[in-house]
Amino acid sequence: MTSLTEDTRRSAEAYGESAASRKSFFTDTSICIGCKACEVACKEWNRNPQDGSLEVLGSSYDNTGGLGANTWRHVAFVEQNSQRIEEARESGRKLVNLGMPGVGPPQSSGPAADGAKSSTAPPDTAEFRWLMSSDVCKHCTHAGCLDVCPTGALFRTEYGTVKVQEDICNGCGTCVAGCPFGVIERRDEGIIRAKVDRAQSKYAQEIPNEGTANKCTFCYDRLVDGQTPACAQTCPTTSIKFGDHEDMVDQARRRVAELREQGMTEARLYGANPNDGVGGTGSVFLLLDEPEVYGLPPDPRVATKDLPRMYKRTALAAVGMIAAVGASFALGGRR
Amino acid sequence: MEWPVIRQLRSRDSTGRAAAVTSKKTRETSPRTGDADTVVQSVCPFCAVGCGQKVYAKDNRVIHIEGDPDSPISRGRLCPKGAASEQLVNSAGRQTKVLYRAPRARDWEEMDLDRALDMIADRFIESRRRHWEDTDEHGNPVHRTMGFASLGGATIDNEENYLIKKLFSAAGAVQIENQARI
Amino acid sequence: MAECHPVGFQWVTEAKARGARIIHVDPRFTRTSAVADRHIALRAGSDIVLLGALINYVLSNDLWFEEYVRAYTNAATLVSEDYRDAEDLNGLFSGYNPEDGTYDMTSWAYQAAGGDEKVGEPGEDAEGDVAEPEGLGQGGPALSHAEVARDETLQDPRCVFQVLKRHYARYTPEMVEKTCGISAEDFAYLAESVTQNSGRERTTAFAYAVGWTQHAQGAQFIRTAAILQLLLGNMGRPGGGIIALRGHATIQGSTDIPTLFNLLPGYLPMPEAGQHNTLSDYIGTIYSEGQKGFWANADAYTISLLKAWWGDAATEDNDFAFSYLPRLTGPHGTYQTVERMLRDEIDGYFLLGQNPAVGSANGKMQRMGMSHLKWLVVRDFSLIESATWWKDGPEIETGELRTEDIETEVFFLPAANHTEKAGSFTQTQRLVQWRHQAVTPPDDAQSELQFIYELGKRVRERLAGSQDWRDRPLLDLTWDYPTDEHGEPDAEAVLAEINGYYVSGEKQGQPLSSFTEMRPDGSTAGGCWIYTGIYADGVNQAARRKPGHQQDATAAEWAWAWPANRRLLYNRASADPQGKPWSERKKYVWWDAEQKRWTGKDVPDFPVDLAPDSRPDPEASGVEALAGDDPFIMQSDGKGWLFAPQGVVDGPLPTHYEPPESPLSNPLYGQQSNPSRVLFPREDNLLAASSSAPGAEVYPYVFTTYRLTEHHTAGGMSRFLPYLSELQPEMFCEVSPEFAEEVGLEPYGWATIISPRSAIEARVFITERMTSLTIGGRRVHQVGLPYHWGTGKEALVEGDAANDLLGLSLDPNVQIQGSKAAQCAVRPGRRPRGRQLLELVEDLRRQAGLTVETGNQRLTVPWTTTPQDHPSEEES
Repeated sequence: MTSLTEDTRRSAEAYGESAASRKSFFTDTSICIGCKACEVACKEWNRNPQDGSLEVLGSSYDNTGGLGANTWRHVAFVEQNSQRIEEARESGRKLVNLGMPGVGPPQSSGPAADGAKSSTAPPDTAEFRWLMSSDVCKHCTHAGCLDVCPTGALFRTEYGTVKVQEDICNGCGTCVAGCPFGVIERRDEGIIRAKVDRAQSKYAQEIPNEGTANKCTFCYDRLVDGQTPACAQTCPTTSIKFGDHEDMVDQARRRVAELREQGMTEARLYGANPNDGVGGTGSVFLLLDEPEVYGLPPDPRVATKDLPRMYKRTALAAVGMIAAVGASFALGGRR
Repeated sequence: MEWPVIRQLRSRDSTGRAAAVTSKKTRETSPRTGDADTVVQSVCPFCAVGCGQKVYAKDNRVIHIEGDPDSPISRGRLCPKGAASEQLVNSAGRQTKVLYRAPRARDWEEMDLDRALDMIADRFIESRRRHWEDTDEHGNPVHRTMGFASLGGATIDNEENYLIKKLFSAAGAVQIENQARI
Repeated sequence: MAECHPVGFQWVTEAKARGARIIHVDPRFTRTSAVADRHIALRAGSDIVLLGALINYVLSNDLWFEEYVRAYTNAATLVSEDYRDAEDLNGLFSGYNPEDGTYDMTSWAYQAAGGDEKVGEPGEDAEGDVAEPEGLGQGGPALSHAEVARDETLQDPRCVFQVLKRHYARYTPEMVEKTCGISAEDFAYLAESVTQNSGRERTTAFAYAVGWTQHAQGAQFIRTAAILQLLLGNMGRPGGGIIALRGHATIQGSTDIPTLFNLLPGYLPMPEAGQHNTLSDYIGTIYSEGQKGFWANADAYTISLLKAWWGDAATEDNDFAFSYLPRLTGPHGTYQTVERMLRDEIDGYFLLGQNPAVGSANGKMQRMGMSHLKWLVVRDFSLIESATWWKDGPEIETGELRTEDIETEVFFLPAANHTEKAGSFTQTQRLVQWRHQAVTPPDDAQSELQFIYELGKRVRERLAGSQDWRDRPLLDLTWDYPTDEHGEPDAEAVLAEINGYYVSGEKQGQPLSSFTEMRPDGSTAGGCWIYTGIYADGVNQAARRKPGHQQDATAAEWAWAWPANRRLLYNRASADPQGKPWSERKKYVWWDAEQKRWTGKDVPDFPVDLAPDSRPDPEASGVEALAGDDPFIMQSDGKGWLFAPQGVVDGPLPTHYEPPESPLSNPLYGQQSNPSRVLFPREDNLLAASSSAPGAEVYPYVFTTYRLTEHHTAGGMSRFLPYLSELQPEMFCEVSPEFAEEVGLEPYGWATIISPRSAIEARVFITERMTSLTIGGRRVHQVGLPYHWGTGKEALVEGDAANDLLGLSLDPNVQIQGSKAAQCAVRPGRRPRGRQLLELVEDLRRQAGLTVETGNQRLTVPWTTTPQDHPSEEES
C-alpha cells in the first residue's frame, strides 16, 4: 500500500464482484446547442429547487451562473470575436506542439490551411462564435470532496462515481472546500415555487435534502436500474454522452482528433488526463477554448494530492469516521 | 453487523470510502419511477416536432415525465420545455378551480363548474340569437351568427378541434380561429 | 431550428456529422447559427430578394435540373398574352384593381391548347373574376381544364420558363448586397452550396418557420422557395423539400381539422355567401370536370362530411343539409374579429388555450377589444394575461381602463393537460400521434372535448322542441358520444367519426379504410377525408408504436400520417419520368415493371398501378386524367407550379416589396409595399412613415420578434413553470455593439423601444450576434425582441410584451400578420409609467406627423397598364 488516498480503482476493488465498470460522461461541446434541456431534466428528476433571483444574470443566455446545491448541470454561453477564436486556435496548436496529454494526435501538416474549402472545414463563420458547454460534477478519480468528508456521507459508488448520502450528511460543509472545481454546495433553502401559491394547490412540491451537501449524483438512482442519467438521456444532440469510462475517453480522443484533422486546432480535452491533479475525471469534456473561458479551473488539484497534507486530512477523516459510526448507530437505533 | 467500520474491515474497502460506508437507504436505492403504477406513452405538448414522452403515474398523480426512446422522431430526447412538462401538471401555480368575474367586479369569485357551464350555455344561445343573420346585404343566405367568436391554441387535440368546429358551425358561428393563423 | 425545435435538430446534427452543410440565414445569430457551417445575416423582410437571386443564379448559369423541370413542372406551359409582369409595371401585375387592392387573375391564365383562349377558373366567366382567398381551400386552385398550350423547347417568350427568367433577371448578387445586406462572398457560398447539393445524387432542403410566414407577403416567401426547389428538382424527394417547422404540438392538426374561419376539415373551403348558395355551386368552384387529380372527388369528401355532422337529416333531397353551414362574407379572421369587438358587434369570446393579450399583434387592440365583450370564457392551466387584463393589464396601469368600469363577465375554466386526457396531435410532418391518458384531471379541470360536448348538450337541451329553422342545424347535429364515469367523451369515438364509416349497404357501420371509398351519394360519412384510414379496420392507427429501432428509416408503423400513411408527399417525383430512381443514393419510390406497381420505401403518392408511360384519355377528368408522369396529383394540371396562374392573390410570381414599415425604399420597384396587403387604417393601429416619407426618421430602426428555446409562445405554458422561468427570467432586446454606442445603451441595462402603437422596456443584450448591415449605402440597425413576456401578476416572470409594438398589416392570402419587420425608436433607460407612457408614444407620433393614412396607401406608383421603366440605379 503506497498511499492511503482513495481512488476509483481501490474502491472498485472494495465492491468485489458487485463492482460495475466505471461510468462517465463525455460532454462534446462542439455539438452543444445550449438548449439547457440537461439543466431541466436534471432538476425534474432530482426535484431540485429553482435557483436564483429571476433576474437576468448578465452573461449572455446563461441565467443559472454555475453549479451549486440546486443546479447540477449548468450551460455556459461564451461569445467570442475573431481575435479570440484565433487565439483559441493558436493555444490549441501549442498544446499539441508541447506534446501535452489529453489532446489528439499531433497533426503531420496543417490541414487548416488548405482544407478550408472542404466540407469538413472549420466553421465558416469566422468573425464570431458562440460557445456553449454543459458543466457537471467531475466525479474525479481522486475526489477531494470524498477525501475530506468526515461523516462517510460522500462515497464512491460501485460505478466509480461520487455521491452524497443525504441520510448521513450532517451539512458540515467540509466537502465544499475540498472540491477543486467548486461544485458541491450546502442546500440551505429551496422551494419549487409559484408566484401565487394557491390555497387549493396540493401540488406544491417538497424539496428534498435541505441542510445537506448537494451535487450531481450521476443519477445513482437511475444507474442502479440500468438507466441513463437524466441529462444524457434528454440531450437532443448527444452533446452529453454516457457510458463506460474507457469508452468515453476513447470517444473523446477520437472526436478531438477528428476536429483537429478538420483544422479546428482549438479543440482539446479536459479531464481525460489520468496524470492531472485529480487523476482524471469521470466527466470528460471536449472544449473549443481554454478551460477558464468556460469557467473551469485550468489545473485542478485535489488537496490530498500533497502527501503531508494528505496525512492530516486522513487523520481528520478518521475522526470523522468515528463520528459517523456513532451517528449511524444512533440513527440505526431509531429506525 | 452492519456498522461501517466492521464492514470496512470485513470487506476490501481499504480506504472506507465505498461499499463500507453505504447506508441502508443507499443500498436500497431504486428509481422513483419504480414506484409508478402506470406508465403511458404520450406526446410532448409544446412544439410540433412531436417528441415521444413516457408519463409515469402513481395513485393518479403524475410523478415523472421523460423522453420515449421508442419514438423514431425523438429517440428518447426532450428539450427544456419537454423536460419541464411535468410542471404543467404539478406546478403550484396551476389554477384548478373555476373562477368567475362579475361585470365591474374588482376580483374573482369561485363558482361551481356546473353553474358556470349553465351560464355559458345561456349566453351562447342569447348572443347567437341577438346577432343572427339570415342573409347578406345582397339577399344571399348566410345563416349565421356573429354574436360570439372563438380563438383556440394549437395544443388542442384533433378530436377537440373537430367537435369545436362541428358545434360552432352548427350554431352558425363563423368567427372560429386558431393560433394556426397567428 | 436548434433554437426552437431542439430535438428535431438532432437530425441536422447527424446530417452534419455525415458531411451535410448547414447554412443558417436569419437576422440574428441564434443557437442554430452557433452550430451551423455558416450564419448569413440578412435584413428582416428581404427574403424574396435573396431567394429570387438564387432562382436567377440557377437559371442564368443553367444549373436547373432539366429532366425534372421539363417533365414535372409547368415550365413549358404558355401564359396568356394579356399577362404583364411586375417587371413591366413597376411592381404591379396586370389585373390590379386600385379601388380595393385585389387582382383580377384573368390575364395570368394559361393559354389553352390550340387557340388563344385562356384556361380560367371553373364556374365563372373568364373575365372579371376577382380573387377571394378565404374562398379557397388549400389543395391548389381549380382550373377549368388541363388542356394547356406548351412549348417543349422552352423558348417561347410566353412560356413559364422564359417569364420566370425575365422576372428574376434583376435579382442579382448586387441587388442582394444592397437589399439584404448580404455580401457577394456570402451569396456565392450559399448559391454554390445549394446548387452543388442538388441534382440526381444529392438534394437540398429548406427548413423555415414563422420567419417566413409572418410578413405581409409571407405566402410569397414560401412560394419563392418552392420555385427554387422545383427548379433544382428537390421536391418529392428524400432529403429535399421545404420543411415547415411548425411551432405548436398540433398546429398542423389545427389546420387539417381546422378551427379556422375559412376552412372546413380536410382543406375544403367554408362556403361564401352568393358564390355557394347550393351544394353544386360549391363543388363546382372546388374542381371542374376537365381538371386532373384528387380534388375531382371533392363532392364525395364534402357530402361525407355533411353526413358525419347531420346524419339522417342530410339527404339528397335537401342538398345533404348544405344550407346548414354558415356562409362567409369576406375574411373573418382573428384580427377582423377584434375590430368587430371594438365596434361592440360581438358579445362573447371563447379563448381555448390561447393568450392573445400577449401573443397577438397590437396587444392593446386585443385587450381593448376584450373590454367591449359582454362575456369571455378563458380555458387554460393558469391565470394567463388574457384572463386577468381587467385587473392587472397594461391599460389599467395607464388609466385607459378602470376595473370598475369594465362590464365584461369573465369565466375562467381550468383545462386538463396532455397527460390528463387521451387524444391525438398532428406534428409538423403530418404524423398523427395518439396520447394515452395517464391520470384524471384535478378538481374542476376538464378537457376541451368534455367542455364542448357538455356545452353542446346543454345548448341542445335548451333548444329542444324549437320550431325555428335556425335551430335545426344544432338539433339535427349528430351529438352522441360514449363517455366514461367522469363524463369525459371517448376520444377514439370522435376519431372514428373523423375517419368515416359506411352509412348504408353491406358494410354499414364499418370504418372506411381510405378516402377513395368515399361516395357522393350519402352512403358514406367521414369528418375529415384526408384523415380517412386513421381508424381503418376499427384500429386506432395513430396509437401504433412499434419502436423506431425495430423499423427502417421511414418508420411506417409508428403512428399514422395523412394522407394514407404517406411520409413524403408527391414522392412520385423521387423517380424519373420513366419510373426509375433518379439515383441509387436517392432511391425512394419507383415503378416495379414486373409487378406493374409503384413501390419503395414509402406509400407511393400516386395511383399505385398507373404506369409511368401511361397517357390519359383526352376526355378523362380527375384521377383518370393523370398521366404517368404527373407527380403533383393535387394540382389541377398534375405539375409543380413555377408560375401560379390562379390562387395566389398577390401575384403569380413572388416579387420583392418592402415590409409595410421599412426605413428603406424598394430598390427594385416604384411600388414600395405589397399592394394587396390587408390594411387596418385605424387610430389605434398607426403605422410609421417608411423610407423617404416625411417623419420616417422618427422611427429609424428595424425591429424583429422571435422566440427562445426556454419559452413557449405567449408564455402560458412556460412563464408559469419554475424550471423554465429561471432560465430566461426577463424580457430583453438584442442589439449590436455599434447600435448600442449610437443610442447610448449600457450592457444589461434598460432600453425603451417605441413604435407608433406602444412603448415597452427591456433589458439590453449588447452582442455581436446582432449585426448592423450596410444597405444602399446606409447603416441599418436591427433590434431583436423575444415575445414571450406579458404584464400581469400571476406568472412567475413578467415583462413587457413585444407584440404590443406591432401594427397590423396582413398577408392577403392567409390573413397572417407581419411580425418580423417593423420600425421603432430606441432610447436608453426604462419606460415611463402610467399616463406618461401614453404621452411618450403620442409625442413621437406627433413628431412623425402620423395619420391613419400614413403607411396605409396601397400604391406608390400610378396605376397604369402601360409598361414602365425601372427605377434607375441612382434612384434606388
